[in-house]
Amino acid sequence: MIDKTVADLREAVAGITDGATVMVGGFGRAGQPVELIDALIDAGASELTIVSNNAGGGDLGLARLIAEGRVRKVVCSFPRQTDSWHFDRAYREGRLELELVPQGNLAERIRAAGAGIGAFYSPTAVGTPLAEGREHREIDGRTYLLEHPIRADVALISGLRADRWGNVVYRRTARNFSPIMATAATTTVVQVDEIVPLGTLDPEAIVTPGIFVDRVVAVGVRRWLRDGEFVGGVDLQGEPLAAPTAAPAADPATASIAGGDR
Amino acid sequence: MTDRLDRDALARRVAADIPDGAYVNLGIGAPTLVADHLPPGSEVILHTENGMLGMGPAPAPGDVDPDLINAGKLAVTELPGAAYFHHADSFGMMRGGHLDLCILGAFQVSQTGDLANWSTGAPDAIPAVGGAMDLAIGAKDVYVMTDLLTKGGESKLVETCTYPLTGVGCVTRVYTDRAVFDVTPEGFAVRELFGTTTLDELRELTGLRLSMLPTALPTASNTEESR
Repeated sequence: MIDKTVADLREAVAGITDGATVMVGGFGRAGQPVELIDALIDAGASELTIVSNNAGGGDLGLARLIAEGRVRKVVCSFPRQTDSWHFDRAYREGRLELELVPQGNLAERIRAAGAGIGAFYSPTAVGTPLAEGREHREIDGRTYLLEHPIRADVALISGLRADRWGNVVYRRTARNFSPIMATAATTTVVQVDEIVPLGTLDPEAIVTPGIFVDRVVAVGVRRWLRDGEFVGGVDLQGEPLAAPTAAPAADPATASIAGGDR
Repeated sequence: MTDRLDRDALARRVAADIPDGAYVNLGIGAPTLVADHLPPGSEVILHTENGMLGMGPAPAPGDVDPDLINAGKLAVTELPGAAYFHHADSFGMMRGGHLDLCILGAFQVSQTGDLANWSTGAPDAIPAVGGAMDLAIGAKDVYVMTDLLTKGGESKLVETCTYPLTGVGCVTRVYTDRAVFDVTPEGFAVRELFGTTTLDELRELTGLRLSMLPTALPTASNTEESR
């Protein structure tokens, strides 16, 4: 019998060692596995290389991992945001290294790793400073750059629901990098709102088949959902709105019923 | 009268040129405004790099869904017919030439269509490129939407970009607050003049030998000077 579910977040991140390369799903706050990152901070690993589109915003999740001094290098496309103060400070103080990768090359390099591609040529960044020192090749009259896959020891990603085989579905634009990161790591760990019985997920709708997933942990339902339906009443960080603006969607009771700390 | 279009008027002008049925990516910042001015009833399908086609306008304050954001990480909505996909597919849509159009901001555009919009090259700046380079070389047409001049009064249309490039020879048209320019094999050609702007004035402001497209028309409020 296959059961990839683990009891808690501590078990979900067990075995992540100092110096590991860790992919972290998410685009900004959407799809960022904040609970898994918190568990990683508690577990103590440091000198990490983080592969993620952004380098954290605010004080939570990836931003906190950087603030805690656990990150040696960030591979990402867009570290600078209005609220990326923890990354900004660490970068300016020379405490971490940045490898800047155009977003599409980042995605395709991750995809290539998961698909067993040795390397590929991409037209993105030709003629720009990011092409300096790189192998160029002309194919059918167009110039391309050689791009290598990006693999990781661990991928930490966030989904909506999973079953014990590790089949995962996502929600809206919280999907972003997670399906490709799930394919590119030695160990893929998925946090989901809820784990559902095998056979419950529509096989036609499964985005990440369980073959790519090693561990699944449930962290509680998003507070903007109730019985799978969107009920709103939160801000972009998922925090309940201070003052209800539209009943019943903004009813503060919604958040407590939905539970979880998301 | 003023001789320049404001941001909203420029967004309306850009929106008017987007054909029904086009797949379009709007860059973060000013280009996002174009979404508010798409002709009613036209089915222009907006792509957002973080994995969605069929993006709708911002939600009402109580209906913000943190799982539904655009490339600028702002809350958006889902239109009927929308589709979600992962990042590799999203950028395959760009690189693979499936997007009809993207509209980007710019620091500089050269007369050969080179685009600089991701870095001013300042030594203390934290570099961030996002999807700009993929968009610039991917979409079938790349329109730039920007003020003609920087805040310091320098032309953003240049002979050769001095800022780090985003893409080479990728821009096909530039919408500015004073005029619309096509990038042609002979350099920038004025397609339309706004307000009281004249071709001579544009030549003076940009320092470029600009041509006038034979089809170029002055706007209705602008007859004498621009001929």
